[in-house]
Amino acid sequence: MEYIIIIIGTVLVSNIVLSNFLGICPFLGVSNKISTASGMAGAVLFVMTVATIVTWLIQNYVLAPFNLGFLQTISFILVIAALVQVVEIILKKVSPPLYQALGVFLPLITTNCAIMGVALLVIQKEFNLLEGTVYAIGNSLGFALALILFAGLREHLELMDVPKGMRGMPIALVVAGILSLAFMGFANLVKF
Amino acid sequence: MTQMQNFTKGFFKENAVFVMLLGMCPTLAVTNSAINGLGMGLATTFVLVMSNLVISLIKDLVPSKVRIPTFIVVIASFVTVVDLVMAGYAPALHEQLGIFIPLIVVNCVVLGRAEAFASKNNIVSSIFDGLGMGLGFAMALTILGSVREILGNLSIFGIKFAPGDGILVFILSPGAFIALGFLIALVNKLTKKA
Repeated sequence: MEYIIIIIGTVLVSNIVLSNFLGICPFLGVSNKISTASGMAGAVLFVMTVATIVTWLIQNYVLAPFNLGFLQTISFILVIAALVQVVEIILKKVSPPLYQALGVFLPLITTNCAIMGVALLVIQKEFNLLEGTVYAIGNSLGFALALILFAGLREHLELMDVPKGMRGMPIALVVAGILSLAFMGFANLVKF
Repeated sequence: MTQMQNFTKGFFKENAVFVMLLGMCPTLAVTNSAINGLGMGLATTFVLVMSNLVISLIKDLVPSKVRIPTFIVVIASFVTVVDLVMAGYAPALHEQLGIFIPLIVVNCVVLGRAEAFASKNNIVSSIFDGLGMGLGFAMALTILGSVREILGNLSIFGIKFAPGDGILVFILSPGAFIALGFLIALVNKLTKKA
């Protein structure tokens, strides 16, 4: 039950993109088409889950026991950067079709603040490993939901007659704002 | 390009937020008041200047294959400095900005300037570039924070100028997107891009 609440909370109530403002760059950058958006969402799901598990282990078995908390930022970003490389190499070898689908998005993920943000939030909220993993999966599903919804809206937006000055990014941001407003309707759905 | 141009381009022509659309996460997340925007902007400026300085010093020593990880380590070090200094001297602001302080590491503006400018130019130019870009970023965040605070709370820098509650939505997350959208449209209009 606890895990279901975490999932609902992260996907709907406090959506990572629309209410926590993490991962805005890919949210605005690769949301022109639904197909690229779902590719990005898949890559994030994969890397976020693995990164959260690895950073949790580092925090609780290396940084905390040796009192090295001040190294948190440096070690987390290095782990994430290395992890993205490793994931890329393994995928290339093990599953070429998946690599084909996710390949171009993987390097972008290093500077996706959602990955590092979730890793830091899991530590801040003092989750155990299983809760942390569920939290990461929930957040990446929330990211996927927001990204794919937004991509769908933007595909329609292409055909709209938008005032000249608002074309491109301004109207996209206003649409994102309205989407965020819609997600506020889920507030207090679960205590989270 | 003169040093003056290196400095001023970050404010208008290549403004990170309004023109290049970089560093969107902190831009949207911490600008619910003018003071938070300014604090975040200044923290980012410090990291930008220091990392630009160090990277332009070491640019000839770093093999090009490992340059990105090297840059990230340099940036992460300065972010840690900012994080600890803020926790010590401005705990209230540190609390407000929360995880967005460590997340300066993954702010594309910082890595972008390291890669596009500091790794190719001398120290003085790099410092001016970092300073201009950083202050331009701070300016954009302060403007967005002010707009949201004025509309949402009828106050600026925490000083209330009218009684009442304002339009609450501008303080909340949807307001961040909407306010930034209209500000970018305004900048486009002023620079005659549209």
